[in-house]
Amino acid sequence: MSPQPQAAVGAPLSRVDGRLKVTGRATYAADHDIKGAVHAVVVDSTIARGRVTGIDTRAALALPGVLKVISHLNAPRLAYRDDPNLNNPPGRRLRVFQDDKVLFHGQPVAVVVATALETAQHAASLVKIGYDAQSPSTDMSGSDRTNEPATYARGDADGAIGSAAVRLEMAYRTARNHHNAMEPQATVARWDGDRLTLWDKTQWVLGTQNELASVFGLPPESVRVISPFVGGGFGTGVRTWPNVTVAALAAREVGRPVKLVLTRKQLYFAVGYRPVYEYGVRLGSDRRGRLTAMTHDVRAETSTYEDFTEAILVAGRMLYSMPHVSQTYRRVPLDVNTPTWMRGPGYANASFAIESALDELAHEIGVDPIELRRRNEPDDDESSGLPFSTRRLRDCYTTGAREFGWHRRNPKPRSTRDGDWLIGTGMATGVYDVLRSPAQARVRLDADGTALIESGTSDMGPGTYTSMTQVAADALGLTMRNVTFRLGDSRMPPTPPHGGSQTMGTVGSAVQDGCDTVRRQAIRLAVEDRESPLYGVDPDGIVVRAGRLHVKDNPVRGETYQRLLARNERTHLETLGSFQPGESRFSMYAYSATFAEVAVDASLGLVRVRRMLGVCDAGRIISPKLADSQALGGMVGGIGTALLEHTVTDHRDGRIVNANLADYLVPVNADIPDLRAIFIDGEDLEAAPIGVKGLGEVVHIGVAPAIANAVFHATGRRVRELPITAEALL
Amino acid sequence: MYPFTFTKVSDTREALNAGRRGGRYIAGGTTLVDLMRETVERPESLVDISDLPLREVTVTERGGLRIGALVRMAEAAAHTKVRTTYPVVSEALELSASAQLRNMATIGGNIMQRTRCTYFRDVTAACNKREPGSGCAAREGYNRTHAILGTSDACVATHPSDAAVAFAALEATVNLMGPDGERSLPFADFLLRPGSTPDREQALRRGELITSVEIPAHPRPLKSGYLKVRDRQSYEFALTSAAVALHIRGGVIREAKIATGGVGTVPWKLPTVEQHLVGERPSARLWAQAAERAADGARPLAHNRFKIALLKRTVERQLRTVGGTK
Repeated sequence: MSPQPQAAVGAPLSRVDGRLKVTGRATYAADHDIKGAVHAVVVDSTIARGRVTGIDTRAALALPGVLKVISHLNAPRLAYRDDPNLNNPPGRRLRVFQDDKVLFHGQPVAVVVATALETAQHAASLVKIGYDAQSPSTDMSGSDRTNEPATYARGDADGAIGSAAVRLEMAYRTARNHHNAMEPQATVARWDGDRLTLWDKTQWVLGTQNELASVFGLPPESVRVISPFVGGGFGTGVRTWPNVTVAALAAREVGRPVKLVLTRKQLYFAVGYRPVYEYGVRLGSDRRGRLTAMTHDVRAETSTYEDFTEAILVAGRMLYSMPHVSQTYRRVPLDVNTPTWMRGPGYANASFAIESALDELAHEIGVDPIELRRRNEPDDDESSGLPFSTRRLRDCYTTGAREFGWHRRNPKPRSTRDGDWLIGTGMATGVYDVLRSPAQARVRLDADGTALIESGTSDMGPGTYTSMTQVAADALGLTMRNVTFRLGDSRMPPTPPHGGSQTMGTVGSAVQDGCDTVRRQAIRLAVEDRESPLYGVDPDGIVVRAGRLHVKDNPVRGETYQRLLARNERTHLETLGSFQPGESRFSMYAYSATFAEVAVDASLGLVRVRRMLGVCDAGRIISPKLADSQALGGMVGGIGTALLEHTVTDHRDGRIVNANLADYLVPVNADIPDLRAIFIDGEDLEAAPIGVKGLGEVVHIGVAPAIANAVFHATGRRVRELPITAEALL
Repeated sequence: MYPFTFTKVSDTREALNAGRRGGRYIAGGTTLVDLMRETVERPESLVDISDLPLREVTVTERGGLRIGALVRMAEAAAHTKVRTTYPVVSEALELSASAQLRNMATIGGNIMQRTRCTYFRDVTAACNKREPGSGCAAREGYNRTHAILGTSDACVATHPSDAAVAFAALEATVNLMGPDGERSLPFADFLLRPGSTPDREQALRRGELITSVEIPAHPRPLKSGYLKVRDRQSYEFALTSAAVALHIRGGVIREAKIATGGVGTVPWKLPTVEQHLVGERPSARLWAQAAERAADGARPLAHNRFKIALLKRTVERQLRTVGGTK
């Protein structure tokens, strides 16, 4: 830990960019008005499988202001290099306008470029596409084709279940969900000779840089990606989608900068989504609820051209103690676009199945759901044999039960009524692994006593700008206002994707490393400077507060950064901070316990969440106010998944039927009750030097099953499919 | 969006002239502009009638209530006379849309709003309402929110308005002004069932303008209210809804006016339920028995069968809420 006093870290500070955002001065991708920019609108396929047989652009091109209609008929062939640095799934990524094949409903088949947005929109609606359509396969339940399954086994799960005193078998299903971030995917692309600049919505400027370089066959340094603000991501911006290529291609073809903003409707097929899951569970336990075995038979949708996989199996191997586990994960290739990560990827879906199953077991044998989980708490990670770095899950249960009032619960389902409402409570456990990838941050302390830190990360909403400023301020011994943190430019030092809850731990550790180094540089300069009041002092005995270096136990003896640097004629001190994860001998995860109280009007099929509590073991909390916001947002998202969110495909032709926010329901304010988050004290220095395990996913994972379990407690009806809608409860 | 001309008119005569030439009236624009963006609607000429003097709520000589066509949903809902006399209307309005939309949308536009059927709103799907003769994608498609009553082979789309359900229950009339003069239509005759011409949704003649919706005087005071059942608690259209108005005197139901929403191709009046109630004494049993008739004639589709049970329970619940007894 830093010897520095922690004044900013741990303080409930407001966002440093809050004023910019609420006054509309934060520049999101589409807000960049680049001189000479023209507008592009994508034409989407209206079949899900087949060929484009003809494109009639005459009416579109006849409109004044239309510059060009680009399709496979006239687009140049692009390099589409394979690049191991990209995070695209195995397969052959969608190559826009390279051939006549249609692989899913809504695939881009043409793009219209015009001087005015309205002209481009109208022209796009006038482009007539002819198709040779084939019957698509988009329904996972109706398909028995699967890609090579991923499997895992320890012990003999089938044998153990066969001889178990208690045996349960359940089939769960979760709907396709879309991220529905407030900001749509948006790009402004400009070419200067062979150099491409993109102002883009992305959660990973480095990934977008590499993707575009590989698509156009350019060296990565010829592509610059700028993304200072992201209006929500939830995973949709971790991968670079074809729309960015379309914007860059259009800009090159018309010889002018091009702005391309996807419509809300296009966000349901032009980018990825959380896939449909079918998750079969069989379990065996003794009469006291000690698990002996569990099998996980998982099916998920993917596209025909890419095999998307995510961490659906991990929780089933390590969350609870049991000798026998068997897992199969099959992906069903369909005529759909490729799925992608969405908040709590894999784990959120697994948690619905596993945490519902635990609740079913608790009810079956008459054991309290929390007590059941305690009885199955492992001593170490049984999937790897490694000890846990930290696992404060028992604390989550204890604190959660106390603060939620769990002991007042009558375990009998359908035992509490309030007028027409049946009242129930439920809980579920969440787990998410600590992702650790290299990250860097450039730190520069200027002679005026201010610091600038830059790192090519992102801030999709969790408050990266603020939390990194807090870390830097304390490590440098500066006030918040004298520290500026910049992000979102591929020229800045590289970071992992801003996703998977890893930004605070990885980038935060790099920021802390760089700031520690610069502070030590300054201290060394002082103690070796005969004119400094700190000359000859032991460097370890010096701290910096509010820009002034002083002897820790004698604050009078010291001087400011400004005086020190001025006297030494140094314009600045600078370094590159880094986080480089080594091999770990520990199993590292963040944990949560979520508690929900629901009211169910069983007669009308209505479910209303009344209150919710999330208790998290996420390691050290850097920015409590932002962490609280993260947790509340995670719960809101979980309420959506549990009760509302469902992307509907018409399997006759593969179209998304509810591709808008009136028909794809997300919670509104009225759906959100009293939400509360508690963070268990503690840090995890194995996970990251900064002590952070990660927060954004684990606050969401477990929310949906907690609600489903509460619905069961309220009504006695077990709903094994999300979302839980009226028809399941009538 | 297709190009269009836009004219703002300042008096009714000017409006009717423009309407007769094929102009489409626009007021709040909350439905029409949406549909124009989706290219579902492609009017060549828009006539903005916002300045016409149709913004009053007045009590008629006979004691009815006349709500001007350009009264905003929010204004109508908040109007003292509406609130006190016909709470079912206020409630239906306040459970509609969002505050922002209610501040823009007008009463005339509300009853004119077009269906939320997603196939209707997707110009690449077959839809007899949007493109007569093209077929109905909803009938064999995803139809969870669609109608179970008043449907035809050509169309199964619901009428989305909540206020219209309340107006239908109260047997309101729609006052119209056209090139050939003024006329009034009972609400039940104003909105048309789809039949084989689902593209014809209202009994409006070319250029005709809605001037007001008039709720007739009810000499016997009505207790009334609106129940809307939906997946989320706000800002969503009804799965089912019930507008119920009762007059109970001496422990006997003397008058019953009931219509339901979210289930019909038009707001669905329930005369058999009404008849079942009149002359009876309120009781839980009566509510259940009456509500049992609510879905008579329903023809469910693949995904909306649950609406039959839900509709009965919605009506039963709202009878109890308005009519009392446990």
